Amino acid sequence: MANTRVAEGRLGPLWTFLFRYGPPRWTEYVLKNWAGQRLVIAVPYLWLLIFFLIPFLIVLKISFAEFSPLGRPPYEPVFQWLEQGALQIKLLIGSYVYLFNEPLYVSSWLYSIKVAAVSTILCLMVGYPMAYAIARSPPTMRNVFLMLIILPFWTSFLLRVYAWIGLLKTDGVINNVLMAIGIINEPLTMMNTSFAVYIGIVYSYLPFMILPLYSNLEKHDLTLLEAASDLGASPVRAFTRITLPLSFPGIVAGSLLVFIPAVGEYVIPSLLGRTDQLMIAKLLSDEFFLNRDWPKASAVAIVMLLLLVVPIMLFQHFQNKELQAQKR
Amino acid sequence: MKSGLYSKVMLGLGFAFLYIPILSMIVFSFNDSRSVTVWNWVSSPTLRWYERLVNDGPILSAAWLSIQVAAMSATGAVALGTLAGLVLSRFGPFKGRALLQGLTTAPLVMPEVITGLSMLLLFVSLEQLLQFAFGWQFDRGVATITIAHITFTMAYVTVVVQSRLAGFDDSLEEAALDLGARPAKVFFRITVPLILPAILSGWLLAFTLSWDDLVVTQFVSGPGSNTLPMVIFSRVRLGVNPVVNALATVMVLIVALGVVVSAVLMRRQEQRRKREEQMAASG
Repeated sequence: MANTRVAEGRLGPLWTFLFRYGPPRWTEYVLKNWAGQRLVIAVPYLWLLIFFLIPFLIVLKISFAEFSPLGRPPYEPVFQWLEQGALQIKLLIGSYVYLFNEPLYVSSWLYSIKVAAVSTILCLMVGYPMAYAIARSPPTMRNVFLMLIILPFWTSFLLRVYAWIGLLKTDGVINNVLMAIGIINEPLTMMNTSFAVYIGIVYSYLPFMILPLYSNLEKHDLTLLEAASDLGASPVRAFTRITLPLSFPGIVAGSLLVFIPAVGEYVIPSLLGRTDQLMIAKLLSDEFFLNRDWPKASAVAIVMLLLLVVPIMLFQHFQNKELQAQKR
Repeated sequence: MKSGLYSKVMLGLGFAFLYIPILSMIVFSFNDSRSVTVWNWVSSPTLRWYERLVNDGPILSAAWLSIQVAAMSATGAVALGTLAGLVLSRFGPFKGRALLQGLTTAPLVMPEVITGLSMLLLFVSLEQLLQFAFGWQFDRGVATITIAHITFTMAYVTVVVQSRLAGFDDSLEEAALDLGARPAKVFFRITVPLILPAILSGWLLAFTLSWDDLVVTQFVSGPGSNTLPMVIFSRVRLGVNPVVNALATVMVLIVALGVVVSAVLMRRQEQRRKREEQMAASG
């Protein structure tokens, strides 16, 4: 009885309508037969193959092509049918060699990884105590806090990064306030520094750190901590020996969710970052749009992908484990 | 268990960190000065930037284009993402399941420049192919933007739907099948109502992500199809801009209103369900 109510709910009439006048008889026939299931699998599968997997193969192909600045598109074909009926395949590794020899590229690789790593650590340092406080607050407050964490995420990412320009500028709000109170006499230079990029990344990615941490911390068995304190452990010791190790999967998931996109971040460094040291995503887009060097831009993308493959696989591993755990 | 004072203080500071930039953006949208950082005490607050915003042609037409693109891609993403989530959590093991799972979670963490570049190169190749095969030419624009947005937002819908489905075992669906309901009927009468909250929040999530996307859009858009983030980005690059502040305020207000309304609706639904449960228990 209760189950049918769940199925119908307030929208019951809508589903009746959709069912009665929606899918015609032939879909029932199709779905009843083996072809039906295959068809349902095939639709999202084909979409992702065509629009997600094949594009990467094209990027891979073009990364080995020869750059021809005046061509349209600006690269020489990789596969070519010769007149004798032979297929000519021309793979150039020039773009890759260039990536690893050009100091500009090497330094922006290292800089991107450094920025992503530092921001991930900062994000963890800010996010962990917040997630902890939310998970240990009374259940009625938890939803309010979580909503407050997620709310900024629903407003424009671009505008939230933009908001920091007004705060960090030399004649910006932070400098004005600090000088008015008399803490500093001269305005601090904060815009167009690595510091501004860290702030921007931590600010934009904080929910991605807090949510996995929260969903982990919320599940902890608090009697373990009681037992530890009964046995004479100090709160700090109980935290480092029980809570911290138990929350490890949450730390990994949150850190990966921040680190991976941060390496390829484009908007934040373009608006707040240094102008003398570019991050790799900006370099890729400049190579593509300004120099029209598609092979080089593709090679950058492939190397970035290879660099991130390990963290991405790690993330998927944890994601699957999480889904499996929910099932049980 | 008491939470430590330290973590409570950090929570307060964290919320300050999250909301002060947004609040300062809102406050300075009422400032009667071109400067977005120095408050003009004489004639503020003013609505002059809102007046400018309402008459700003490029922003308004870009906003309309963004709404169209976001609504279309959210709908497409929900259709495909729900199917993918259903397949992954209900169809058991099948050939290629691991690949599908990988393809649906990868876009969640893929850096946007890579997605954008690869989508654009695909569209360019398709253009060449279609031109070569049929002599048919198509321009990049709304269609290519929508396809790209569907592709990266459907991953989010899939995850939301999949985790919602993981919360229910399939005994309800099985029971319906045993009682002779056809698979299509089971899907529309049982599965869809069960995952309706996930579908709705997936749609909203996909809408927001598409509405907000700059990097992928920049790659795949054609001449003349400027979405709102592209217009905002080109203005903001030249420095702070009070009209953008006004626009941000309007957007924040809409989101806040939406969140409050949905929270109230959800609470009402909850209370209704509780009342019904009590009535069912007593009756």
